[in-house]
Amino acid sequence: MSPPPKIRLRIWFTENGKVRFVSHRDVARLFERALRKLRLPVAYSEGFSPRPKLSFGLALSVAHESDAEYLDVELTEHVGIEDLPGALSAALPDGIDVVGVAELEPGAASLQQAITSCTWSIEVLGAPPAEVTAAVAEALAATERPLERVRKGKTAVTDVRPAILALEVVGPTGGGIELRADLATSPVSLRPAELVEVLGIDGLSEGRIRRLHQWMIIDGVRCEPVRRPDPSMGQRWQRAS
Amino acid sequence: MTSVWPQLEPLLPKVQKPARYIGGEDGAKAKFPDPSLVSWCFIYPDTYEIGLPNQGLQILYEIVNERPDARADRSYAPWGDLEELMRAEGVPLFSVEHHTPAAEFDVLAFNLSAELNYTNLVNCIDLADLPIHAADRDRSHTLVIAGGHCTYNPEPLADFLDAVVLGDGEEVVGEITDVLVAARNRPELSRRQVLERLAAVEGVYVPSLYEMTYDGPRVAAITPLSPAAPVEVPKRTVADLAEWPYPREQLVPLTEVVHDRLNVEVFRGCTRGCRFCQAGMITRPVRERPADQVRTMVAEGLRRTGYDEVTLTSLSTADFSDVEAVVAGIMDDADGGADGNGAGAGTADTGCGPVSVSLPSLRVDAFGVGIAAQLQRARRSGLTFAPEAGSWRMRRIINKLIAEADLYEAVEAAYSQGWTRVKLYFLTGLPSETDEDTLAIAELARQCVAIGKRHTNRASVTVSVGGFVPKPFTPFQWFGQNTSVELQRKINLLRDATRKMKGVQLKWHDPKATLVEGMASRGDRRMGAVIEQVWRNGGTFQEWSEHFDLDLWLQAVDDAGLSVDDLCHRHRVEDEQLPWDHLSAGLHKDFLWQDWQDALAEVGLEDCRWTPCYDCGACTGYGIEHVVASATPPAGGSQGTGSGQDWRNPQPVAVTLAPSRPATTPAAAGQPVAADRPAEHRALEEAR
Ligand code: SF4
Repeated sequence: MSPPPKIRLRIWFTENGKVRFVSHRDVARLFERALRKLRLPVAYSEGFSPRPKLSFGLALSVAHESDAEYLDVELTEHVGIEDLPGALSAALPDGIDVVGVAELEPGAASLQQAITSCTWSIEVLGAPPAEVTAAVAEALAATERPLERVRKGKTAVTDVRPAILALEVVGPTGGGIELRADLATSPVSLRPAELVEVLGIDGLSEGRIRRLHQWMIIDGVRCEPVRRPDPSMGQRWQRAS
Repeated sequence: MTSVWPQLEPLLPKVQKPARYIGGEDGAKAKFPDPSLVSWCFIYPDTYEIGLPNQGLQILYEIVNERPDARADRSYAPWGDLEELMRAEGVPLFSVEHHTPAAEFDVLAFNLSAELNYTNLVNCIDLADLPIHAADRDRSHTLVIAGGHCTYNPEPLADFLDAVVLGDGEEVVGEITDVLVAARNRPELSRRQVLERLAAVEGVYVPSLYEMTYDGPRVAAITPLSPAAPVEVPKRTVADLAEWPYPREQLVPLTEVVHDRLNVEVFRGCTRGCRFCQAGMITRPVRERPADQVRTMVAEGLRRTGYDEVTLTSLSTADFSDVEAVVAGIMDDADGGADGNGAGAGTADTGCGPVSVSLPSLRVDAFGVGIAAQLQRARRSGLTFAPEAGSWRMRRIINKLIAEADLYEAVEAAYSQGWTRVKLYFLTGLPSETDEDTLAIAELARQCVAIGKRHTNRASVTVSVGGFVPKPFTPFQWFGQNTSVELQRKINLLRDATRKMKGVQLKWHDPKATLVEGMASRGDRRMGAVIEQVWRNGGTFQEWSEHFDLDLWLQAVDDAGLSVDDLCHRHRVEDEQLPWDHLSAGLHKDFLWQDWQDALAEVGLEDCRWTPCYDCGACTGYGIEHVVASATPPAGGSQGTGSGQDWRNPQPVAVTLAPSRPATTPAAAGQPVAADRPAEHRALEEAR
């Protein structure tokens, strides 16, 4: 007999305000405690020091905000998910709000495997709008954008132009200019801070940065990890708020 | 009330661990900053991760916030990276709840648990934009006060503090608030008049109302300067812990901190009578929390916080009456509580997942297979025992009467129940310690590993050695601390002895830091200039090895015209006026002196919880008594005699000394020269 299919919930949450200064690791711990407070039947790893089976997708850098964070939780039994967003939000600190929960199809790809790109709102500071607009146009027109990265003490140059899927100037913010960018996470990845570097303007720095979407490709179609209600999917996928 | 958040926010992306500065903990009060309320800011003068879990601070924070006429926020020492930015941008020290500038509070109340934080305290006052010297502050300035174990000798900080609180804070924090509420309506009162009103509160010491005069290295006299200043300031003691089930809502931080779990205090005080232990001496008598209250606080705390780990805190939790039953009850609650659907009862990992219970600083003589099995029911945390000294002779001197057999039994119990690593705590540099005594530590560790190997191949022992710092209000307060050179030599002996022992890992506390702790621990008011200079030269976060700088301290001691020998290594004599003689931890000085003499004569003293009273003063002077549920001592008994073992007969550990390294007497090895030593030391050496 094959083992019974795993029961997995995908939780969609936002991270805004002061709580953006909390690290990814700390957010994981906040969720562990919130799940225990709600007494959800979370599955635990085996072994000397059992851990709850939680898996996050991409880490969010400290100080970045997000409208689109995701977390998969493995359970030992089915639970009703209608009230979970509200209950989880109440069990989490101010600034972390659960907007949707869905039970995953058996065999659904993990966040790690499935996410291919993100949409970002990136505030840049320290350069006049015209210069930023020009740099954006130039980056889009370029066929190559080499970026020097230091990883594990080694310097390597990567062409990150393929990772810039879309880029536009949205308009002025209080003190800078807001850009919107779709940046790939695989096969070549580019982080918002690196994009600012790639624009190649001296003294340009990052202001507020917010992740707006995470995207995965299913059957060639770009979609979000927790989808809006879809009649053909029955009750298995739902968005609770 | 203003907020520095708009200025602070842009700085946070530039610093390490910005979550330290945002507050937002579950359980935080963030009471509306109504200016008509008397406002407290409780400060732990170390990083957020170290300070947040402090139970004393959390208790007082809740009690003040429960009052309709007062409110409290919290603050912690900003790490150097943020401090630099704050100073550059003119951002003052702030509270984490409202990011209110510290100088806008009525009171800054510091928790002082470590001497090496003293320069951080000065730095916090300065970062708050207040004059660091109490004498330079007037009625318009925030009051700066302190409490916590270090304030039993507050003299090194007397220049900086307006008032100091001795003992349990639960009641006195309200009485101080009453004085401040009344003073609000009396703007004509001078700062001194407000301080005099505070000095009238029992347990509150106002250093500026006393003059200290000196005679060479000694204090000549401590003289009250005002009729409002009591000749002796007594400590405060809460008679019944059951009336104070605090913190009711332990703070759960957004970011990881030390002791990041539920902590429930099960009793306060300890009468085991370990002579080196200041905490045990100053917190007498023993006051247990009722077992059912403990169980409720744990069950509700786990449910509210989502923690899966709880520590039952006290100075020696295995002494708690019927501790095995209490731990079993907690585990049962966790099992049942987790089992929301009524199925699967009996295992600890349904639903909420496993809950683990840990007991800090276990006494080996009270740790048996029963308790080992209880703790083992859930995830295992490390086990720590504190024999404190390696040889039986030494343990008699410090009155920690643990027989080797008890330690081996406890270790056996631990390994047999599945633990693979045991941690053992020891002190070195204890009164009259010889190299034979020091090396006995290594031998104990070797034996423990050998016992462990019978159960698991992975058995290991971590030996943690700290240099002994004599503390005020202990029988060892007269003892001249070992020099750092001597402490390092002893550590090296152990390092050499354990180097080839498989499974034994040696860790030690830097003897240079021990030296500074010693100077601050028993120094007088003249240490204030030293602390100030070290701070002015950038010596903050001295508790952190990467920032600790002994040279700063030695230079400052020199510049102040003081001597390390006098401050630290000098044996105090019987008729000497000690810098804390005008304060009282409840203990009679002659009781402590007698116990010091008993120590030197290697005479033990039983635990007064289960045997007749010695009239140390802690109960007798206050009209209170022990609150202990069980009239019988735990396994292992009351300091040896209760268990039928004859502690008068030494049970030596077999120590093999390398022939080339003969045992050295302390006098020959860096101690002050023999002529300086009290007669009893020499008598002790001759008797050997
Ligand atoms: S007064 Fe007596 S019973 Fe109380 S702590 Fe002291 S010796 Fe023990």
